[in-house]
Amino acid sequence: MKDTIWIKKGRFTPLAVVLMFSLPLMTALICLCFGRMNVPVGEVLSALRVALTGGSTSNVQNYSIVINLRLPRILMAIIVGAGLSCAGNTYQSLFSNPLATPDILGVTSGTCVGAILAIILSCSILETQLIALVFGLISVCFTLKIAGKSDGRSMVYLVLAGTIASSLFNALGSLLKYTADPQDKLPEITYWLMGSFTSASYQKILIGCPLILAGIIIIYLLRWRLNILSLSDDEARASGINIKQTRMLFIVASTLVTASAVSMCGQVGWIGLLIPHASRMLVGSNNRYVVPLSLSLGASFMILIDTLSRSISIIELPLSILTAIIGAPAFISLLNKTRSNLQ
Amino acid sequence: MILEVQNGCFGYPKQPVILENINLRLEEGHILAILGPNGIGKTTLLKCMIGLLPWHRGKTLLYGKDIHTLKPKDVWSTISYIPQSRGFAFSYTGLEMVLLGRSAHLGTFQQPGKEEIEMAEAMMERVGITRLANKDCNRMSGGELQMVLIARALINEPKLIILDEPETGLDFHNQVLVLNMVERLAHESGISAIMNTHYPTNAMSVADEALMLNRKGEFFYGPAAEILNEENISYSFDVQVLVDELHYQGRSVRSIVPVALREETAV
Repeated sequence: MKDTIWIKKGRFTPLAVVLMFSLPLMTALICLCFGRMNVPVGEVLSALRVALTGGSTSNVQNYSIVINLRLPRILMAIIVGAGLSCAGNTYQSLFSNPLATPDILGVTSGTCVGAILAIILSCSILETQLIALVFGLISVCFTLKIAGKSDGRSMVYLVLAGTIASSLFNALGSLLKYTADPQDKLPEITYWLMGSFTSASYQKILIGCPLILAGIIIIYLLRWRLNILSLSDDEARASGINIKQTRMLFIVASTLVTASAVSMCGQVGWIGLLIPHASRMLVGSNNRYVVPLSLSLGASFMILIDTLSRSISIIELPLSILTAIIGAPAFISLLNKTRSNLQ
Repeated sequence: MILEVQNGCFGYPKQPVILENINLRLEEGHILAILGPNGIGKTTLLKCMIGLLPWHRGKTLLYGKDIHTLKPKDVWSTISYIPQSRGFAFSYTGLEMVLLGRSAHLGTFQQPGKEEIEMAEAMMERVGITRLANKDCNRMSGGELQMVLIARALINEPKLIILDEPETGLDFHNQVLVLNMVERLAHESGISAIMNTHYPTNAMSVADEALMLNRKGEFFYGPAAEILNEENISYSFDVQVLVDELHYQGRSVRSIVPVALREETAV
């Protein structure tokens, strides 16, 4: 990448680093103010200060809105947005396929089956999350099992196995939905599947967050190796790194991220495709820069989407609807501006 | 001696054996050219030779040690492999692509730093492609990309470079550029090279040894000047060729020109 305002001499410029950190933080701060009831920035800041340092608050209502309702949602949006963007980008590089998404190995379908089952069994919100997470992880093990140990050509097999697992789990999900009570369970399931941060709580974040963070850290530390894995198979093997092991590590990391994210908030489409592409258009294809930028943009975009979802109309709009409605035109305009990054 | 193949045999699963009893030795600073008709297994031979595909029988020795017993890191910091260049899913710039060649020397969590970037820039200057540092690899011409891939191979500081048809699809200028590069590396810097080629003339001009496969499962192997004669080439490619000797600046250049298909009866 030639020197730009983002990158100079093979590193991010200080300006870029500041921007990447401040973008999600500023978005979060602004979005804490907006909602069905607008809270002034000063009130938001004082509520945050009180929450961090303890002490008494002057305005209990605003404090409650900011700290108990909006903050957990925003924290969750940051983690989910950053995680899904990161996982999407990882799969795209891993499969040398710019169209890969975080659900390519069937994680999402598996997680959804778990959630549907939990909802039918009238489990609590936290139990639903855990069962969904476990099913998500099982589905990827299943995918890896079908793909078998055929190294060399295994990447194509793996994608095929993912497609098979996906359709199988989707069918199971449909079967479960078919048996669900159409009066109360079915709408609940449908709404869960469309994705929402409504049930966000600190407890939920505590369950989902460690796995997502672990996945992100692994991917972040190894991100340069994604460049090597995106080359042809022989080239990757001739690079001297242990590609079987490295690939597996990336698959495990992205799976942890995706399964945890989906189990927390349901399906959020698009973000895993949109954000990595947007990042590449800004800084080129080098994953050394794409990964950090995706984390920042993904988190900010997700906060924005969630804020819209809870404030755009009286009823809350599902996330996947908004990501697609906002994401598709944004993607088209990005594509039109810089076609160069796609082959 | 850097590389030796002993009794190498290979066939793809459920298909007839295509390579049988391959024996060859490569000295330091030598260039070996591999020739043969399309689909005969030239690329397969290269891949088997460096352990990317497993021999069914026989083995490859790198500095006298079986290549499969060596650590991948050690093998690939000695050998650089340049496959036939195709498009890349993601377009890295020339500099980023060259940096990827350094991976065998980096630790698990290490990324190329200032030192590697300077190495890459120096290497690109040496190969004469400084201007390509910021160009997308997917927008490069065949000749430009080949030089970038050579720079990527060289930054690895290898003892042996494997090139799969490096000059195919290039114009005369770029062919000479690439071939001169390979020759200089071998004969001046002592970096051995094994290259596949479709052009006996090119093989003749740079290679020390040649290995020519044919459809009968046999091969000719020996010093390039002896092997690449009219009779052997006609036999291997089923085509009538003429060999002409030209003189340029006190150097004799042998040119091999195909003139007609050979009748099958000659087999």
